[in-house]
Order: sequence, then C-alpha cells, then structure tokens
Amino acid sequence: MQVNIYNKGIYTVAGLSGELDECAAAELRRKLDEGLAVPGVQKNILFDMGGVSFMDSTGIGVLLGRYKLLKQRGKNMFICNVNTQMDRILRTTGIYTIMRKVSV
Amino acid sequence: MNRVNKFNMRLSALSENESFARSCVAAFCLPLNPTLDEINDVKTAVSEAVTNCIVHAYQGAEDKYIDMSVTAEECGRLTVVISDNGCGIDDVEQALQPFYTTKADDERSGMGFTIMSTFMDEMLVTSEKGKGTQVSMTKFIRGARNADSRTDSSTD
Repeated sequence: MQVNIYNKGIYTVAGLSGELDECAAAELRRKLDEGLAVPGVQKNILFDMGGVSFMDSTGIGVLLGRYKLLKQRGKNMFICNVNTQMDRILRTTGIYTIMRKVSV
Repeated sequence: MNRVNKFNMRLSALSENESFARSCVAAFCLPLNPTLDEINDVKTAVSEAVTNCIVHAYQGAEDKYIDMSVTAEECGRLTVVISDNGCGIDDVEQALQPFYTTKADDERSGMGFTIMSTFMDEMLVTSEKGKGTQVSMTKFIRGARNADSRTDSSTD
C-alpha cells in the first residue's frame, strides 16, 4: 500500500491507496507508525481513504490500532473519502463512533 | 431448468492469495449479473474467510492449503465454501460473537464472521478441533436471469 503523509489546514493527512487486507497490513502499520511519529504532525489526523479500493476487517484492526496509539499521544483521528464497500464495513463495525467521518 | 456452474481451487495459505481468491469469485459470479454492491459484498466475505484460514487456522504456517469451492446457479444462488485443515475452533458460537478475538494483541478486530454473515445471506460454520474449519456462505444475486424462478423462501 502507498501512504502519503502531509499537512493540510488543521489536519495532518495520511493518504492511503491500494487494497487494505492481511497482505498489506504489516507494511501499512509500519509506514503509518513511522510517518505519524515525526515532529510537525498536528493534533488532528485525517485518514484519507480515497485511494483504497478494498478493505476487510484486517483493515478495521489496523485503524483501531492506530486510533489507540494516536489517542495515547493526544491526537484525534478522522476519516474521509470512503467508498461504498468500506462505508458498509465501517458502519457494521461501529468505527464511526470513535473516528468521525468528515468531508474535506 | 436451473443450470449450475462450479469451480474448485486449492490455494497456498499465503496472504498474497487473498486478492486472487476474492477476484476469482467476483469474476466467476459475473454471469449472474450482480450489482457492484453485491460483488463487493462477496469479495469482502471471501477475504474474511481466507484471512481466517491464514491467521487463525494455520497461524501463519505457509506450507498449508486452503480449499475453495464455488457454485453459481442460474437462479442467482452463489455458494462459496472455504475450508482448511487447521487447528479448528474451540467454541464456534463464541467465535461468531462480534468483537470476539483470540488475537487482540495483534490488532484483530474480531469482526470477520460478523462481516461474513452481514454481507452474505447465509453463513454456516462447522469446525472440529485439530481437524479444521469449513465456512459455507450463500448470496442470492437479485438480478440473475432466472431469479424469478427461485423457489427459495429467502428471495422475497
């Protein structure tokens, strides 16, 4: 998976692209945890899922894991640009109760 | 006449085969005229089942196999059976509970079976400790050519 981290407005954006499944999870975790631990990362982290063409519950695990880590560092986590398939998974698993969906 | 089309495949239990497995099922069910949402539901459910084989049944051991058997009936009934010869599940009823996971430390959501049962119309899990697990899932493709001829009660 590709991960592109940059600051935009009030957010540090983590732009993801590719298919988020078991095969991609370990590398994605590493890239996110490295990229979001550097100086200059803002209080609000926005996961931009616009480039993600597929996600399953392994992806939910990755998102929940990042949420816990980021929360410990006092960060807020938001999510945007989810496709229909991903939206259904995020709703089914109740993820939106802890990371709000925003439109940017 | 309800024509039946089948395929079987045996895959190494490697995570890079997840994408291949779900794409195969998606391509195979195309003649049933599924909507994009229906295809995505099936792909997601297949991915969950294959992940379970790799992560739970075989605990990452790479010299194992996953068997997948898919049946597409002209009436729109798509059946996907995914089985392994792995460790089996202690308590299937408990495993089906939302958020239940044996691997919380590995950032597992415990939502695999919940997603399978939500995204498919039927799901049956049978497992024997030390022998393996079989997940059988059915999806009724609404737009199938002979969907009207279906006698199944799940179609309305």
